[in-house]
Amino acid sequence: MKKTAGISGIFQDPDRVLAAAAEIRRAGYQRFDFHTPYPLHGLDQAMGIKRTVLPWISLAGGIVGGAVALHLQWWTGAVDYPLVIGGKPFFAFEPSIPITFELTVLLTAIATVVGMFALNGLPKWFSKWQNDPHFRRSMDDAFVVTVDAEDPLYHAEKTRSLLESLGAEQVRTVDYDEE
Amino acid sequence: MRTVTDKHRQDSWNIEGGGALAVDPHDLREPLVEGTPKPADVTETVSRVVESKPTRLWYATVTVTGALAGWGILTILYTVFTGIGVWGNNQPVGWAWDITNFVFWIGIGHAGTLISAILFLFRQKWRTAINRAAEAMTIFAVICALIFPIIHTGRPWVAVYWLLPLPNQMEMWVNFRSPLLWDVFAVSTYFAVSAMFWFVGLVPDFATLRNRAKNKIARIAFTFFSMGWTGANRHWHRYEKAYLILAGISTPLVLSVHTIVSFDFAVSVIPGWHTTIFPPYFVAGAIFSGFGMVLTLMILARKLLNLEQFITVKHIENMSKVLMATGLMVGYAYGIEFFIAWYSGNPYERFVFINRAFGPYSWAYWTMVSCNVFIPQLFWFRGIRRNLLITWIISIFVNIGMWFERFVIIVTSLHRDFLPSSWGMFTPTWVDVSIFAGTVGLFLTLFLVFAKYLPVLAISEVKGILPGAQPKHGHH
Repeated sequence: MKKTAGISGIFQDPDRVLAAAAEIRRAGYQRFDFHTPYPLHGLDQAMGIKRTVLPWISLAGGIVGGAVALHLQWWTGAVDYPLVIGGKPFFAFEPSIPITFELTVLLTAIATVVGMFALNGLPKWFSKWQNDPHFRRSMDDAFVVTVDAEDPLYHAEKTRSLLESLGAEQVRTVDYDEE
Repeated sequence: MRTVTDKHRQDSWNIEGGGALAVDPHDLREPLVEGTPKPADVTETVSRVVESKPTRLWYATVTVTGALAGWGILTILYTVFTGIGVWGNNQPVGWAWDITNFVFWIGIGHAGTLISAILFLFRQKWRTAINRAAEAMTIFAVICALIFPIIHTGRPWVAVYWLLPLPNQMEMWVNFRSPLLWDVFAVSTYFAVSAMFWFVGLVPDFATLRNRAKNKIARIAFTFFSMGWTGANRHWHRYEKAYLILAGISTPLVLSVHTIVSFDFAVSVIPGWHTTIFPPYFVAGAIFSGFGMVLTLMILARKLLNLEQFITVKHIENMSKVLMATGLMVGYAYGIEFFIAWYSGNPYERFVFINRAFGPYSWAYWTMVSCNVFIPQLFWFRGIRRNLLITWIISIFVNIGMWFERFVIIVTSLHRDFLPSSWGMFTPTWVDVSIFAGTVGLFLTLFLVFAKYLPVLAISEVKGILPGAQPKHGHH
């Protein structure tokens, strides 16, 4: 069954993208986005995107990594199987620093990458916009605005004329197949 | 070099719907790209390499490097089935060829993360043209490096619980108080984080390639690895944050890795190894050798893959400057080692250094000093930094010199033991040489496969620094 994904249009000029983003947001739309070949400076603010929680996920990963590393070195060396090696103490902070540091970094990195993809809802090998020729160009050389049909303010005619008035070209309605 | 006037750049960006652009003062610097490419040109240049059929030259080169790698694998199998007695190391030189190669390859692997992380934090925009290939080089170099500690155990299949804290039937654990174990964690973390960093950078470019793929296998592969990237700005927002965090944590990581590698030596009490200058000295040397290898490969790659427009002489010149700066640091470290050997008043320390420069391995020492300190001084001249052939030749000397640096540190410190009755010499066997040649073959093969089948330029990042790519308002 065909369903409407929403409306898409093309921009060529990065400055117009910023202005359009601010206008669409001012009009009250929430489910709109810009598909761009590279991140545009200032677009986040213009669209009013909230700061991501990703740094907190990274921090949590780092804390877990450091704690696991310290615990592992202390428990294996001083509790589970204490072994005198060169008369060194079974556990001390100084020789534990390198591995604690490395595991902190490792788990921070894993949390960051996994967290980034998870927050973005990826991997997902289907997009409502994938049949839209604009969408294909958005990873090549065009800035593509999309307004989702599920947005409460979405209206086939009004939304279209808003995008056109903001300078979007080749504005079109996009369909997708729903299984 | 073609000169680009501001008029040109303005005109080129006056595409449909765009207005006249004022010239950004940053643009008055030497441009990061030659000519006036548009985003579509970047897509086209990079995708053309991936989508075209491999050339005969590529097949011929891969055959040679692949054969070398195959020979390396055969000699590794010979080592495993016979025992590491087929190598040349023996008392008093118990560490020799294998750890030299390990440290050499790890060092090569330092430029990639330096370029992708540290230069990113310093906002060095020129890094965008070279970071992808340098990161790939890092990963391949670390793979080559990891081979040596694994095979030097003699029985690599049980090395898993010798190297990692895996529960086993003996209820024994690895020795966390040993720098060798710190090294295991440092290098594997470095490999994992570099690989993740590289993959995250590749995802948007896989999406670009996916959207244009005509070949079925390519489309499936790029669809899979692009993770379904849509280029949505709400995604880019988190993506950029993730990239910043990865760069932030990779910066201390890259400095820590060679620091910890140097602990393998510095924490022991061998004269010539037991010095506090080792961590910074090793890190500077690693960056030096890494940039040497980046120059060696990129000067060839930009030519063969027609990337001269994006990897310009300015990039080569900048890398030459980094090479000279780090080369001077390495030279300073060589000098300070000698000073401290004299100043410490320790007769063993003093003997090791006099023996290094004038003993039986003095030829290796002076090869090292010539390649790493004397020859890079040519980079004081702008004409030489911008001469690709001379720069390429100097980069080869740096690669050779940095291999010899590790050889000199390791072998000359060991071959004269405290007691003259325990003195000896190290000579590599044909197996030693073959395994090292095999890793060179493996490294080049992996790099060639990468250069053919993956985007060698960070497509999205290069687009973001093209003249006129960013909005004039809302930033700066």
